Amino acid sequence: MVDFLNALVALANYVLIPAISYGSQLALGALGITLIYGILRFSNFAHGDTMAFGGMTVVLTTWWLQSMGVSIAPLPTALLAIPVGIVATALLLLGTDRGIYKFYRKQKAAPIILVMASLGVMFIMNGLVRFIIGPNDQTFADGARFIFTAGDFKRVTGLAEGLALRGSQVITVVTTIILVAAMFWFLNKTRTGKSMRAFSDNEDLALLSGINPERVVTIVWILVAVLTTVGGTLYGLDKSYKPLIFFQLLLPMFASAIVGGFGNPLGAIAGGFVIAFSEVSVTYAFKKVVTYVVPESWAPDHLVQLLSTDYKFAVSFGILILVLLFRPTGIFKGQSV
Amino acid sequence: MNYRNISLFAAMAALMIITGFIQSWSVAFALLNLCLISSIMALGVNIQWGYAGLFSVGTMGFVALGGVAAAITSMPPVRESWPMGGLGVIAALVIAVATILLAIRLWKRMPSGRKRNISMIAVLVGGFILFRAVFDPSVELIESINAASAGHIGGLGLPITVSWLVGGMLAAGAAWVIGKISLGLRSDYLAIATLGIAEIIIAVIKNEDWLTRGVKNINGIPRPVAYEVDLQVDPQFIGWVDWLGLDLIEASSLYVKISYAILFVIVLAIIMWMSEKALRSPWGRMMRAIRDNEEAAEAMGKDVTKRRLQVFILGSAVCGIAGAMLTSMDGLLTPGTYQPLRFTFLIWVMVIVGGSGNNWGSVLGGFLIWFLYVEVEPIGNNVLAFLTSGMADDSWLKAHLIDSTAHMRLITMGAILLFVLRFYPKGLIPEKAG
Repeated sequence: MVDFLNALVALANYVLIPAISYGSQLALGALGITLIYGILRFSNFAHGDTMAFGGMTVVLTTWWLQSMGVSIAPLPTALLAIPVGIVATALLLLGTDRGIYKFYRKQKAAPIILVMASLGVMFIMNGLVRFIIGPNDQTFADGARFIFTAGDFKRVTGLAEGLALRGSQVITVVTTIILVAAMFWFLNKTRTGKSMRAFSDNEDLALLSGINPERVVTIVWILVAVLTTVGGTLYGLDKSYKPLIFFQLLLPMFASAIVGGFGNPLGAIAGGFVIAFSEVSVTYAFKKVVTYVVPESWAPDHLVQLLSTDYKFAVSFGILILVLLFRPTGIFKGQSV
Repeated sequence: MNYRNISLFAAMAALMIITGFIQSWSVAFALLNLCLISSIMALGVNIQWGYAGLFSVGTMGFVALGGVAAAITSMPPVRESWPMGGLGVIAALVIAVATILLAIRLWKRMPSGRKRNISMIAVLVGGFILFRAVFDPSVELIESINAASAGHIGGLGLPITVSWLVGGMLAAGAAWVIGKISLGLRSDYLAIATLGIAEIIIAVIKNEDWLTRGVKNINGIPRPVAYEVDLQVDPQFIGWVDWLGLDLIEASSLYVKISYAILFVIVLAIIMWMSEKALRSPWGRMMRAIRDNEEAAEAMGKDVTKRRLQVFILGSAVCGIAGAMLTSMDGLLTPGTYQPLRFTFLIWVMVIVGGSGNNWGSVLGGFLIWFLYVEVEPIGNNVLAFLTSGMADDSWLKAHLIDSTAHMRLITMGAILLFVLRFYPKGLIPEKAG
């Protein structure tokens, strides 16, 4: 029985908790991608770099706040800086929309042209972020690091396995829940949210019933600014802030959005967790857990790791391909424009 | 060919010559060689996008496969690794392929239902366990041989120019598998799928040390041209250099670069000639018909899926050839340097700026964009030095700005792409109608 508990704790420590916080971060990113796809009808390749930009403004504001001696310990100061980051990111996104995407929208250009324009935006944002903050790792986290450490846990429970819970993990999950709840309330209950869903379902019908498309587009970009800034900040707090990381997150985020059903907000969240859990569990060495559960003579002498951790992108991609082949509309029915 | 296009190419040549005079001829020829390789990559992407409208962003993967081909064809074999683990690895790969084929067969033959799902999963899981059981010990054996210098199975010891062809074939083979899986997808999905496949190819190259030594790099890949150190002691070469009154070291490096340039021009000319022939043939017209109106082409009895697969393979093969050439020029395979921004998206900028659908446009785009990609940094340095000349020398802003010029190139590339897309969507040399 104790062995079983130990196995459970090890599993929670190395798989469940990391996967839940990573899944929340992916879900926020995928939600943004799916909103853009649903309303503006193109895959935004600049999304990862938008997250990097939002994260960067938060990092810079946090540094400024820290230098002013502002602190909300035990919470990280970065939470105070998020609104500033959202405003800056929203201005940048609305600027790119007016300057670049609007032209193609008015032309009714093929989605692929918009994707290419987003490649250009991706280059510029990527360069801009590296130009301002540099390509290196930046630390901006402060406040309490652990809610409880592995040592605390062992002392209290008397188990051999420790369970650590970091502050950033709890903050990630709580913030994601609040943000996603607010987002769904907005989409389902408010008049503006309903008009957005109507626009996503049937553009012509929405136009006929007097919905102003430009207003819908503006609101989408503002929502995306909120999601990307919060997502970028949470990822930075939980792991570390490095501009190139967000470009690499693009693929898992796309995979999450498509696996859940492209254009479906609920699907994006489910997809984020599916991808995160598979990435973490496929690349985790289960030796420890298995050794606790099975009789001693069966204990494995190798790592019981399906794939080495370097293949974690391959996992998200493998799931993406499986879904595209066997269930092209995703787990929840997405759009098939 | 009209006067406008000729003058565009002449302007490009002038830019190169100016670089030769201002910086140095060594820099100019190094630039020229990479421009040539870039234009071959751009031709490959143009075959996929310009001819057939396939939005594939997996270029980096094929370029990297070409690089692997260069290493495994031309490196001397590590003989002791073959009896120890080489056969095991091959057996494991055979098991993997057999498992997948069996699973596909089951999926196609059995009636759908739970029985089919269970038997397919059983085949896949069993195959995976068997594969790992054979694969892991063999890999360990190979990697244990001389880990510092070898630790991989080595190559076939063939001449390096052969590897360019092998690079094309390897990329083509991979493209066949990838195309089978992903060409049925809609354009957005195809882009994301190919982006992912390219990442996986890089992950494999980085991690399968038995094949590519991973991030430890393979260096000393043989060259198709002379080595500088040999030239510097070659009495005949010294005689020429003396007669021309040049510096020996400079002249030897220039000689090597020019030899590469000649080889690359030959390859580019062959690929260009074949591409132009293909584009003007009935096959090329059929491709454009499929691109512009898929339904109509299908109604005319064209097998759209098959033709797309064909054009995807051809374009990928060209990228693979370019990748093998790049690695053989560098003389080393560094899996860590393959970045999608540099090897996929930059090539796309070349094709769009040059003019998608036009081979000459792609070549011009390859030259111009690579030239700018390299030269933006020194130009940016000068511009920023000028702009910040009024600031105090110890100002942090000045130091930060000057440190950051390296990142200017991405911003410039993005701005060029957006500008061309907006104001010259057909590119510098537009596709000819009809």
